Amino acid sequence: MSSEGSGDGEKTLVEKILSERLHRDVNAGDIVILPVDLVFAHDGTMPMAIEQMEKMNRRDVFDASKVVAVCDHAVPPPSERVANIHAMMRRFAYDRSIAFHENGDGICHQIVLERFSAPFKIIIGADSHSTTHGAVAAFATGMGSTDVAAILAFGRTWVKVPESMKVNVSGCLNEFVSSKDVFLHLIGEIGEDGATYMSVEFVGSAIDAMNVSERATLSNMAVEVGAKCGLCISDEHTLNFLREQRRAHEFRPVEPDKNAHYADEIEIEAENVEPMVACPHRVSNVKSVSECEGTEIDVVCIGSCTNGRIDDLRKAARILKGKCVARNVRLLVCPASRRVLNQAISEGLIDIFINAGASILTPSCSFCIGRTFALADGEVALSTQNRNFKGRMGNNNASIYLSSVETAAASAINGKITDPRS
Amino acid sequence: MRVWKFGDDVDTDQIIPAEFLTTADPEELAKHAFAKVRPEFPSAVRRGDVIVAGRNFGCGSSREHAPRALKGAGISCVIASSFARIFFRNAINTGLRLIEADISDKVSDGDEIEIDYRKGIIKNITKKEEYVFRPLPEFMENLIEMGGLVPYVKKRKQMKEMTVRGS
Repeated sequence: MSSEGSGDGEKTLVEKILSERLHRDVNAGDIVILPVDLVFAHDGTMPMAIEQMEKMNRRDVFDASKVVAVCDHAVPPPSERVANIHAMMRRFAYDRSIAFHENGDGICHQIVLERFSAPFKIIIGADSHSTTHGAVAAFATGMGSTDVAAILAFGRTWVKVPESMKVNVSGCLNEFVSSKDVFLHLIGEIGEDGATYMSVEFVGSAIDAMNVSERATLSNMAVEVGAKCGLCISDEHTLNFLREQRRAHEFRPVEPDKNAHYADEIEIEAENVEPMVACPHRVSNVKSVSECEGTEIDVVCIGSCTNGRIDDLRKAARILKGKCVARNVRLLVCPASRRVLNQAISEGLIDIFINAGASILTPSCSFCIGRTFALADGEVALSTQNRNFKGRMGNNNASIYLSSVETAAASAINGKITDPRS
Repeated sequence: MRVWKFGDDVDTDQIIPAEFLTTADPEELAKHAFAKVRPEFPSAVRRGDVIVAGRNFGCGSSREHAPRALKGAGISCVIASSFARIFFRNAINTGLRLIEADISDKVSDGDEIEIDYRKGIIKNITKKEEYVFRPLPEFMENLIEMGGLVPYVKKRKQMKEMTVRGS
């Protein structure tokens, strides 16, 4: 056993998941070769992975049923060049019988969450927000195109079993405060490299009360504190989620052992978490909404792999119902997947958004990656996405604030940053 | 080797903005490296130059275009007090050298330096100083010397043994 690992066989979530999958005891610090249950890439990273695979003299993928390719980053294609990239990916996928998700099917993380993610699976994506799938206790992390090429070819990869950070969120969140606010609160405490290389494990009564969608916001953003993975327990919420996806048979419960060794522990009292915003140009540059209230905004964006699921849209619709966005604001709503869009239509949410003056965008990364959307010079956006780096929305002379769906919807009505509780 | 200095939290959007992800060609990517935050970089960078930065270099997206753009620009090594994990893996796989050393406060933009990778010594010719660093584990050093993961996979039988058929 490694000196960094847990004592007396007691394990953190990541140690439990990896030990189970490898059929042996592994602990923090061990370097292991993992069998990969699902590998995916998108139109930003797949072309390079294909090129690297070819350089490895491999034509076929290790197992077509375990590979997913998604067009989500530049959808619909804004140029001839991107259209050709999509065509190349399409050919690659069809020739090998790989699941290929078209323009408009949604964001890779949402598609994988709906169709594949389950407890104890090993999921590697060629995208940093692949940590999302930790929300259902899968070991999930992002890698670059060459690592992913090796996985496409061989079905395995090497990983150092990470040390773990426990984030214990106790008590109950107040009304109009969400898991997004919890994460922004956390990054304000520990910074952008606060959990580099670590498994961040979200536990406590406030997490127990969250559904998978709310947990997915936390796991999704774990990479913003540098984490290798962002894990949540698997419990009745996980079962409910899998049941909704008609995959209840994939359910298995898991939680960390009581005396597992954590390299670091952070305590957050849910009652003390306020609506938060990340101010330009860093995710860690957080303030409470009350400190920024009144900041003028030009664009409000609701969507992304962080906050574009059906319950996010329900929360937004609850606030926007019967209201109109302020004259000075454009509101963009982008459901995270085709399934989310369909559900939102059948629940009447899309009507509410359209009547409030919103534009509905094709399910994709859209505004969050700024390849089919740009801000003007000097403009300010408030978005529910995960990153506000300079230039993220296609213009270095614009600014981006990040917030929860509740804050974004309330702010769209007022035309300035607004506390959703007011 | 001439130093280009950067601060903390240099993210991959700064290294190569998303709009340039339509190419994987290192030379083409290099034309846009740091173009938005340091517009003079692509034209003024010289083969062999070194980047010196603070904490969390390469944070953000998993795009391998970032280390590839730097390699295409001729950057021989990035020295930072710490690296984000995906960037670290990507750089090794691309054959871009990384050194974890906290020398950002000691080095100025444009300093001439020399690096002995195996011994772990950085010589600052301009300032007549020396800094030590811990060399990479031999496995990674070999990987970089071979030119990254692709040549490694092609040459090494052990990676072939990693092949698994659908189980």
